[in-house]
Amino acid sequence: MARIVLASNLNPFAGGTTELTLEVDDVYRLFQALAARFPALEPHLEHEVAVAIDGEIYQDVLFQPIGPDSEVILIQKIAGG
Amino acid sequence: MSTTVKYVERDLKVVGTRPLRPDGVDKVTGRARYGADYNLPGQLVGLVLRSPHAHARIKSIDVTAAEKLPGVKAVVTRDDFPDMPVEYAAAGELTINFRDVTRNMMAREKVLYDGHPVAAVAATSESIARKALKLMKVEYEVLGHVIDVRDAMKADAPVLHEDQFTVGVEPKPTKPSNVAKRLVFGCGDIEAGFKKADLVIEREFNTKPVHQGYIEPQACLANYTEDGQVELWTASQGHFTLRAQCAKVLAIEVSKIRVIPTELGGGFGGKNNIYNEPLAIALSRKSNRPVKMVMTRGEVFRATGPTSGAQVKVKMGCTKDGRIVAGEAELNYQAGAFAGSSVPMASMCTFTRYDLENVRVVGHDITVNRPKVAAYRAPGAPIAVFAVETIIDEMAEKLGLDPIDMRLKNAAKEGTQTYYGPKLGAIGYIDTLKKAKEHPHLTAPLGPNQGRGIATGFWFNIGNETSTTLNVNEDGTVTLMIGTIDVAGGSRAAFAQMVAEELGIPYDKVRPVVGDTSALGFNFVTAGSRGTFATGMAAVICARQAIDKLRERAAAAWKVPVDGVIWENGFAKPASSNVGDFEPMSIAQIAKTAGRTGGTIAGHAEINAQGAGPGFGTHIVDVEVDRQTGAVKILRYTVIQDTGKAIHPAYVEGQFQGGAVQGIGWALNEEYIYNKDGRLENPGFLDYRVPVASDVPMIDTVIVEVPNPNHPYGVRGIGEVPIIPPMAAIANAIYDAVGIRMQEQPMSPPKILKALETAAKH
Amino acid sequence: MARAHVTTTINGDVVDFLCEADQTLLSALRDELRMTGTKEGCGTGDCGACSVTIDGRLVCSCLVLAVEVEGKAIDTIEGMADGENLHPLQKKFLEHAALQCGICTPGILIAARSLLERNPDPSETEIRYWLAGNLCRCTGYHKIVEAVLDAAREMRS
Ligand code: FES
Ligand code: FES
Repeated sequence: MARIVLASNLNPFAGGTTELTLEVDDVYRLFQALAARFPALEPHLEHEVAVAIDGEIYQDVLFQPIGPDSEVILIQKIAGG
Repeated sequence: MSTTVKYVERDLKVVGTRPLRPDGVDKVTGRARYGADYNLPGQLVGLVLRSPHAHARIKSIDVTAAEKLPGVKAVVTRDDFPDMPVEYAAAGELTINFRDVTRNMMAREKVLYDGHPVAAVAATSESIARKALKLMKVEYEVLGHVIDVRDAMKADAPVLHEDQFTVGVEPKPTKPSNVAKRLVFGCGDIEAGFKKADLVIEREFNTKPVHQGYIEPQACLANYTEDGQVELWTASQGHFTLRAQCAKVLAIEVSKIRVIPTELGGGFGGKNNIYNEPLAIALSRKSNRPVKMVMTRGEVFRATGPTSGAQVKVKMGCTKDGRIVAGEAELNYQAGAFAGSSVPMASMCTFTRYDLENVRVVGHDITVNRPKVAAYRAPGAPIAVFAVETIIDEMAEKLGLDPIDMRLKNAAKEGTQTYYGPKLGAIGYIDTLKKAKEHPHLTAPLGPNQGRGIATGFWFNIGNETSTTLNVNEDGTVTLMIGTIDVAGGSRAAFAQMVAEELGIPYDKVRPVVGDTSALGFNFVTAGSRGTFATGMAAVICARQAIDKLRERAAAAWKVPVDGVIWENGFAKPASSNVGDFEPMSIAQIAKTAGRTGGTIAGHAEINAQGAGPGFGTHIVDVEVDRQTGAVKILRYTVIQDTGKAIHPAYVEGQFQGGAVQGIGWALNEEYIYNKDGRLENPGFLDYRVPVASDVPMIDTVIVEVPNPNHPYGVRGIGEVPIIPPMAAIANAIYDAVGIRMQEQPMSPPKILKALETAAKH
Repeated sequence: MARAHVTTTINGDVVDFLCEADQTLLSALRDELRMTGTKEGCGTGDCGACSVTIDGRLVCSCLVLAVEVEGKAIDTIEGMADGENLHPLQKKFLEHAALQCGICTPGILIAARSLLERNPDPSETEIRYWLAGNLCRCTGYHKIVEAVLDAAREMRS
């Protein structure tokens, strides 16, 4: 099971949850599982969230694989000028 | 799936040199065509009627007299555009909400700032269009307005959006508010952290909005044809996202809009979003004529994105030996008329440069009666960093530590856990600090009223969606079609260098061209310092694909397995003498017969580039403060930054120098000034003073190269970081010179004089 | 309103055009003659992007009325190179990477040429003050000043 960590800015949308484990093998399934568990988080997932999988940041990459022992951190998406 | 091409160290022939840029001659001869330089036969002139009020309800709009004026061919108002529901999309900085986008390009229920578009006209001449604007009658019910974030947060402040309830607070608020969003980032235990501190400093900083100040005003030319096709020439940072936005707000299919990017006369984050483009298309549709719209400088200032002004409160604690044990910040950022400032990213940048155990950053995104902010180079970061780097300077001084040593003691490095989520990868922050320590600038003598300051900056950088095509032409030359705009100048040179390096051919055999939206797959905007990273990666993939095909053709000619053919210095060669004794084949030889050996040799990359490497920089500045006038003169300036790899060092230096000077302008002169009615008082370069050549010295640069492991040449984005440190570095230098801590921007003569007077009284 | 007829010399060629009485020289160049090398950054004389010379005198073409140039000689960026030979300033701007977006470049080249005609050996400070009317938002001016110094050096030798 992958370890999923919600960065502090997302806690309010997940009832204060900071960490959980989920059986998911890619980002798409991770978002689906999170949306089912935390409906308040769902509107933020598509456009405001990036993920760090085992230390590498991915933005807009739905089929990025998540390993069974991966650590996935959900973070604020990044852009720039 | 995403794409990352890993870094491999090797000897380089073209990458790292300084060839002339491919678009250079056109730009020194006046041939290069920018947004306003395109014309079509029969085109009309489009102009916009703008709100004179900061905040008002629109009771009625009557354009009948204008429509009747001879020479007027079309008028559009809110009624010509569909209303849009709340729907989000990415647009350079943050995300945009189409409900707001359609209201920003043309006011619907209310006008929300001085300069907000209310109607647009297309006429056969500019003078007729101007007359038409005067004939339009708009009835307003003027409402109370609010300009400053501190006022906007008050309970009795006029509210811009009656349906805006602060997101991110529990329980859900029942009263609408100008605070669109509250975000909290953090790690550790902030209270426990402060308990460990021997020294705690808490300060408040306030900054004004500043404009990107690109010299080319927004300009576009739209041609809507009878069969519903749209051609749009426009100067933007991202023609694909512009196409997407126009399609959406006009309810036109994406395939019907072709956006041809023009040369861009500066963007800096300010040209990621639509302004006049959908109005020009709508006017062209209504008039059956091409419509050209060029903003005046006044319109640029009044209605296009400045960056946020902000109130920033920072509290930091450290131990006697200079270890920072806690950092807390509240960032209150102006979003302008619609939600969506850079406060999320500013929140994540505030303390990231330091390895801190206990952090808490609260960000507020606040709507006020000003133009909607747009991204501006490292959006939001310079403001928060102004506060933090000033406090670190004060800490170092109080503890008797060298300011660089203090930073080295706390510096982030590979593996540092950030408070916004991930751990940092390979970075060059410490390298830049060490280079600063060794730099002769640091020990140069200073005279009376002169002082030296240092400050540092961090930016994430990004990759994202990118499409690129490479064609080997029949004579062996190469055309590279890219879809990211050359916003910085020189990016086309950098792509050609990478392709030449891969193919082993001379730089001038590669011609990079920016393709229009029909030539390539989607490309995200050129922002977030992603251009050289993402398109560079895509170009390398294209080149490697082409090499594989070149090897296949040689293998077929020699009747050997393709593994038996290597590519070296522009030639296919047998991998070893075992393969056979064949005369190497050049790219030109293979290309000459390509049509008869299987077709054009090409490479394609349609990728989502990931693995952008964070950038860090350290700046050193010397100033002299004139105690009589309060003027601050920049005497010497040094920028040291990790670029990963400088593909074209001259344009890297140019980014450092240009960013630093924009930062100097931000620090010393630039600000939006509103009168009591909420009207902008300085919408021109005379009163909004950007740095001129005589304001600044030469800007020394030091390029540090700690390769990004996730790019074939180790590239990191470089464009954003150089604007982050100047404000803080200059404030620290002013303190060093005359002993005053500036907590307000701009640090203009009247403010310096006031601070000197206050200091003298104590 | 009847349009005015203006005859002038531009980059050595006799040119005539029609314009409105209140039309600027900048607008006549760009909109009537389609010579778009001269740029508009402000229209109020504050940015220098529209720099041209009239009878050798450096002006902001956005502040000059088109009707005023009757019988005068105008030089614009389009006439700076001699055939395929770039002017030394143009060459040095390319070599020194003295332009990024390039929108300010035509105006700065015209202004710099005008400086070197008056002062073939300007100091860094003299260059900075001469060019203070030409805004560049991209480069921070460093490479522009270097390029002008280098071009002056080459033109003197
Ligand atoms: S356009 Fe003439 S000075 Fe700016
Ligand atoms: S190069 Fe862009 S304004 Fe000078």
